[in-house]
Amino acid sequence: MKSAVIVFPGSNCDRDVAVALEQVSGQKPTMVWHGDSALPEVDLVVLPGGFSFGDYLRSGAMAGRSPIMKDVVDRAHKGKPTLGICNGFQILTETGLLPGALMRNAGLKFVCRSVTLKVEHANSAFTNAYTNGDLIDIPVAHHDGNYFADADTLSALEDNGQVAFRYQDNPNGSLNDIAGIYNESRSVLGLMPHPERAIGDELGSSDGRKMFESLIANL
Amino acid sequence: MKAKVHVTLKNGVLDPQGKAIQHTLSSLGFDGVNGVRQGKFLELDLDETDAAKAEAALVEMCEKLLANTVIEDYDIELIS
Repeated sequence: MKSAVIVFPGSNCDRDVAVALEQVSGQKPTMVWHGDSALPEVDLVVLPGGFSFGDYLRSGAMAGRSPIMKDVVDRAHKGKPTLGICNGFQILTETGLLPGALMRNAGLKFVCRSVTLKVEHANSAFTNAYTNGDLIDIPVAHHDGNYFADADTLSALEDNGQVAFRYQDNPNGSLNDIAGIYNESRSVLGLMPHPERAIGDELGSSDGRKMFESLIANL
Repeated sequence: MKAKVHVTLKNGVLDPQGKAIQHTLSSLGFDGVNGVRQGKFLELDLDETDAAKAEAALVEMCEKLLANTVIEDYDIELIS
């Protein structure tokens, strides 16, 4: 599996996700600077966590308009797999690749701890090493993870089975306890928790590893 | 030409920061504040001298970057 990780000014989980991808797939991802205009030919594009552009204006707002994003969006529209973690999820909603928005946590605090997620729909290239209903422990670390979408969008997400992960104990006020969603064709996944920080017991959990194993088996 | 842009959360979108501000105002003794909605204020300095063209450009700026229209409304005020 060939992958690319987009690096924005202020990304800080780009190397973590690169290590996770390399450990599980044996192939080093290509790191692509946000100012570049063309992506290499890859099977997976990852938008990593962090605080791109210092979260100025809105989390992910500037990054969503970076030069490389035109290619990222065009490629995603062709149904090619795209993964956004944390700030990457915020960027995906800012570009419209995923519906809704991530707002300030309802408790107003930055939340940095392990949370339990329920795998809601494991029928995607990102998740099919999991089973529906699995409970997994993955860390979150965010200030703006409060998922919001209007009522129609929310019911469409539920009806189409686009909710990938749900919090068991909602840390941020997200509607319907949403921690991660797919686009309609399940070729784009955005989630606030960090699977790349849970790829081995020495990190406290290896529950995130199956996401990378799913990707490698499918791509 | 200068422009002022206000970006505010849409009605119906929960504003926890506004709620916290309201709560603190009340604890400072400012009673009778029934609601606080917080937002952003941007001041833009434009080359454009034609008001209609400036307004059109500002709408595009708001739609493309300044506001996230999933959760926010914007209001444009031109000052010549």
